[in-house]
Amino acid sequence: MPMADTATLQVVGVSHMFDVSRPFLQRVFTREPRRILRAVDDVSFVIAPATTFALVGESGCGKSTLARLAVGLYEPSDGEILFENTALSSARAQPALRRRMNMIFQDPYASLNPRWRVRDIVAEPIRAFRLANRPNEVEGRVGTLLAQVGLTVRDGEKYPHEFSGGQRQRISIARALASEPDFLVCDEPTSALDVSVQAQVLNLMRDLQQRFGLTYLFISHNLAVVRHMADTLGVMYLGRIVEQGPAEAIFQRPRHPYTRLLLDAIPDLEQIGRARTPVGGDLPNPIAPPPGCAFHPRCPLANDRCRLEKPGQRMAGTAQVACHAVEEGRDR
Amino acid sequence: MPLLDVRDVTVEFPTRRGVLRALDKVSFSIESGEILGVVGESGAGKSLTGAAIIGLLERPGRIAGGEIRLNGERIDTLAAEPLRRIRGRRIGMIFQDPLTTLNPLYTIGRQLTETMQTHDRLSDADARRKAIGWLDRVGIPAAAQRIDAYPHEFSGGQRQRVVIALALCAEPALIVADEPTTALDVSVQAQIITLLKDLTRDQGTAVMLITHDMGVIAETAGRVAVMYAGRIAEIGPVADVIRHPAHPYTAGLMASIPSLEHRVPRLRQIDGAMPRLDALPTGCRFHPRCPKVFARCRDEQPDLLTAGATRAACWLHADG
Repeated sequence: MPMADTATLQVVGVSHMFDVSRPFLQRVFTREPRRILRAVDDVSFVIAPATTFALVGESGCGKSTLARLAVGLYEPSDGEILFENTALSSARAQPALRRRMNMIFQDPYASLNPRWRVRDIVAEPIRAFRLANRPNEVEGRVGTLLAQVGLTVRDGEKYPHEFSGGQRQRISIARALASEPDFLVCDEPTSALDVSVQAQVLNLMRDLQQRFGLTYLFISHNLAVVRHMADTLGVMYLGRIVEQGPAEAIFQRPRHPYTRLLLDAIPDLEQIGRARTPVGGDLPNPIAPPPGCAFHPRCPLANDRCRLEKPGQRMAGTAQVACHAVEEGRDR
Repeated sequence: MPLLDVRDVTVEFPTRRGVLRALDKVSFSIESGEILGVVGESGAGKSLTGAAIIGLLERPGRIAGGEIRLNGERIDTLAAEPLRRIRGRRIGMIFQDPLTTLNPLYTIGRQLTETMQTHDRLSDADARRKAIGWLDRVGIPAAAQRIDAYPHEFSGGQRQRVVIALALCAEPALIVADEPTTALDVSVQAQIITLLKDLTRDQGTAVMLITHDMGVIAETAGRVAVMYAGRIAEIGPVADVIRHPAHPYTAGLMASIPSLEHRVPRLRQIDGAMPRLDALPTGCRFHPRCPKVFARCRDEQPDLLTAGATRAACWLHADG
């Protein structure tokens, strides 16, 4: 664990609730209670500078909500997020701190304004934060940024639709780097890309991290991609982190039954023609999660305690695991 | 005689700026009980190949050359009505998004019985009994009760199971599955893959499995065809294509996939991107990105050549 006072991002006991109730009058007539979706439930983690913290989980587990919380697009319903020891809400209010965090989105088709030329897309953060004032200074910065992501100055004259998906994601990265950030939240940055292009973008993100000492919060459902990128890993299930710790340790020896299920479920090139017994069941409805441990209906190790009592995180080896079975040593 | 035989199939799209050739002389065959994986990046032509086989090419696309035979009988030249009877009865289809395949206004039971009664003379009671049997086989719990539910009452994974039941219920000889697990989470994907494998083994159904996910192919298919820019770059047994790829594109593709087993400092990347159909290079379509390019590649287009255990469209294997 890094020293807390040097951390880039600290997330402390954060929860986020969405009100998904029907409109007030309908509720009155049908006597239906309010319905609250707890998308993120009491999550804590720390990201050390110049490292990558990856969040992995299936759809609906709350990882994208957490990404938005981490850059201040949502306010936590409960708990606290600190960016370099400053509360995120006050960091967001100071341009000098706000410019140091940025986000890369999943869909490079939706996240770039189709009516703007690429050079204007990339120049916008430079102008907004007044990082350069004279036009030729801005132009020079844009040229450097485009070169850093493997595009040319001439590409700056074009519009987003003239580029392929991988090139668009490079443009997104150039824009994210334009405000000279230290901390980037990357929400499924390669999920929309083909594998050969994904390799280009992942290599680029690694290179940029080494060059500029960037800190990443990297969100993905793809465990192989996560393994390639992560220093530290958090596995999410239904709003909670069920296992977190050094990525290599978790991949070598996953402890939580859900982490093991995930790792086992992924088809891998090195397992040609593998036969297996898949785990049954779907993700439960997040509006009415099961009591106790949310994973117990699908868990091979579940017992009465798991059905009643929500497990807290306990150290198991180098990782923190939220599982009664692991705590009691029933997982062997 | 193979169950499905695709020979030199070419698909063209006439546009205002000229004719685009989206598939160029694609040839392969599938035997009964075999799963053939078709893999490639977006735009390589894998879905188009599936659409050509089931006769669902979107206009103005058309088959401009070659032939497609099912059990020796040509199906690419059939008129709309006989083709419609083959589709569903002898060739089943599974698409990526179960919500667009299922009719939201009908119960799943009605959709299943209707499909079976279109192709077979069955009484309502028999059709219903068989429908429950199929739902049970694809792993829908409490099938007898769930048969009267509507598609929206099922989860994503269950909906895809219903789609599979729908494709199987007419007991087709061939199933064309286009990205059947792409919209699903990994744990559900694993269930669907296992189901597909079991069903082909038990029924002797042939499957053409189209996907961009090499991991899914590795686990499911016996042979795999790798497509690039409208052509088959390499075809052969899965283990050989993955472990000893003969085409430089296949080799690059395999090396660019991050592994779960070990971590590498850098992924191997293929620089550049697949060419657009209106700007295809001369010679081999991969030559501008190929690390092993030589003079002949720039001028002449290679056909599939024997390369060890696989066949690859690459001049490196010109001398067999």
